[in-house]
Amino acid sequence: MSEVYLVGLDGSDCGIRALEVAVRQAGLTGARLVISYVIPWSPFTFSTPEENALRHRRREEELTRATEMILLPEKERLEENGIECEIVARHGHPAKTLVQLAVEYEATFMVVGTSGDTPLKTRILGGTASALIQIAPCPIMVVP
Amino acid sequence: MSGQIEEAQSAIRQGIDERIDQVIDPLTSLVESFILFPLPIPGSEAQVPFVVLWLVIAALVFTFYFRFINLRGLAHGFRLVRGDFNDPRAAGEVTHFQALATALSGTVGLGNIAGVAIAVSVGGPGAVVWMMLAGFLGMSSKFVECTLGVKHRRINADGSVSGGPMWYLSRGLADRGPALARLGKICAVVFAIFCIGGSFGGANMFQSNQSFQQVLSVTGGTDSWFFGRGWLFGLILAFFVGLVIIGGIRSIARVTSKIVPLMATIYITAGLVIIAVHIDQVPAAFALMFSSALGVNSVAGGALGVLAIGFQRAAFSSEAGIGSAAIAHSAVQTSEPVSEGLVALYEPFIDTVIVCTITALVIIISGAYVAGGSMSGVELTSEAFASVIGWFPYVLAVAVLLFAYSTMLAWSYYGLKCWTFLFGESRQVEYSYKILFLLFVVLGASVQLGAVIGFSDAMILAMAFPNLLGIYFLLPTVRRELDRYWAKVKAGQLPVFRKGSSVPVTPASAGLKP
Repeated sequence: MSEVYLVGLDGSDCGIRALEVAVRQAGLTGARLVISYVIPWSPFTFSTPEENALRHRRREEELTRATEMILLPEKERLEENGIECEIVARHGHPAKTLVQLAVEYEATFMVVGTSGDTPLKTRILGGTASALIQIAPCPIMVVP
Repeated sequence: MSGQIEEAQSAIRQGIDERIDQVIDPLTSLVESFILFPLPIPGSEAQVPFVVLWLVIAALVFTFYFRFINLRGLAHGFRLVRGDFNDPRAAGEVTHFQALATALSGTVGLGNIAGVAIAVSVGGPGAVVWMMLAGFLGMSSKFVECTLGVKHRRINADGSVSGGPMWYLSRGLADRGPALARLGKICAVVFAIFCIGGSFGGANMFQSNQSFQQVLSVTGGTDSWFFGRGWLFGLILAFFVGLVIIGGIRSIARVTSKIVPLMATIYITAGLVIIAVHIDQVPAAFALMFSSALGVNSVAGGALGVLAIGFQRAAFSSEAGIGSAAIAHSAVQTSEPVSEGLVALYEPFIDTVIVCTITALVIIISGAYVAGGSMSGVELTSEAFASVIGWFPYVLAVAVLLFAYSTMLAWSYYGLKCWTFLFGESRQVEYSYKILFLLFVVLGASVQLGAVIGFSDAMILAMAFPNLLGIYFLLPTVRRELDRYWAKVKAGQLPVFRKGSSVPVTPASAGLKP
């Protein structure tokens, strides 16, 4: 079975560093690269009827924006250097959704950055990275 | 000297309110007597409004036609709300939970707080029993409405979703032949007209009126600075509603949509605390409720009179059969219309069966209810809570304001959808509705309770005529959908996505890998 590396971007420099580490490792092992971006979202929030009616369209817009502004530039940059990768954007709880993606893509290794959350949120809820360490279905590397 | 001027001024202000009252009263009485046309009950002096009978019969028919879906669908409905069947690939869309919460914020509110108090003060404690029963039957009506709302919703050119009775009546009946197509179109238009009326009446004037009463009683009743200045209160409230619906300030709507569930939780908790304090009186309270439900010592003309009042208040509180909720539920992400219908079962269950029972118990066991007493509406509920938790009227005042506010926002959307259904979608059309809506906010705070209640009852309840009439013709469709869905559930063919592990646990997950 071939190796699959799943990278979680979060729009910060830290996420980019995680990607670089993953690219270097994949270069050594010949692993397939999957670059992901999770748009924070919860199924249990409260919304107005108007928001609900527009939600389907908003969701598409959010996915397009995440793909075009965060994922595609990285994919193109990698392709210029002759490195293939897949990209995926999805809504959800960041840590849980990354786990879901790891299962779907049968990832053998995950790489994420440490930052992405605000300091206060990290302190109260624990960051995405630390939550991920607890529930990841495969080995995981956290890049500062 | 200055005192005299002030007196004169307040007399003038009082005058403004009274004048508005005088103009609006005959008008509302006319509409009221037309729609709440009373039918005499044989062998009793009591009368039952035709529309109430219409609602209850429909709820009964649906309950039997769908073989007590309001009981057998509850467990599965809960799993749907919890998100067991939410496909992670559709994450970011409107979930069952969100659709339910949104619909609830439009219905939980004064109907439950003031409505129960009105039922108790007019019909005696027994009215609450009938209210609960009507709420239970109403669950079936909600199931049908919301299933149809999702089935016949429309995706607009801009990607937004529109649904509700105007769509299922016009499109659903059109599928069933040319004769029914015409009926469907008529029903849809009549529904839209009544819904607009309801959005001005019960969902607007009544809310504005009751929140004004509450602010008045908290700030000192007749000594309050606001006394006789209802129009001013109305203007302030209209300003805040306007900020959202005309100013487009979403953050306010968003904050409200988060605070309202919090207030509802506080209200229910406080109610449970009071019940716990008086736990020894609960059996007696139930005994009183049930005995007077059967007409023993009842206030309003025997058991049937009490029943009529209870059913009427329940219709107003849960809006089951009215059609409004179908508008809110239709944006949900699902390929199975029935799934949203099953979720919608919880709406009357929470807001009429649970919340109303708590309110009624509090009113009865706290001793605030005195047969033939003068208090009614929010005042009575407030008094009941205050007897145990002294500062609660202030919390209740805030809660009532917020509930009223969120109900107004929700209904301004329902009304607007019907308005654009009738007049087409354009900026001018939308603004004309919104300005009218704000005008009624001011009116509501200025007029007497009787006039407002009559009007709001009439318009909201009238929505049930076109809605249920059309639904009868659509029942076989819903039955087919339900049977198909239920067979799928029984056969375990619905993919289950457990929370946490996020790994699908049924065979259907085979197709999930990319």
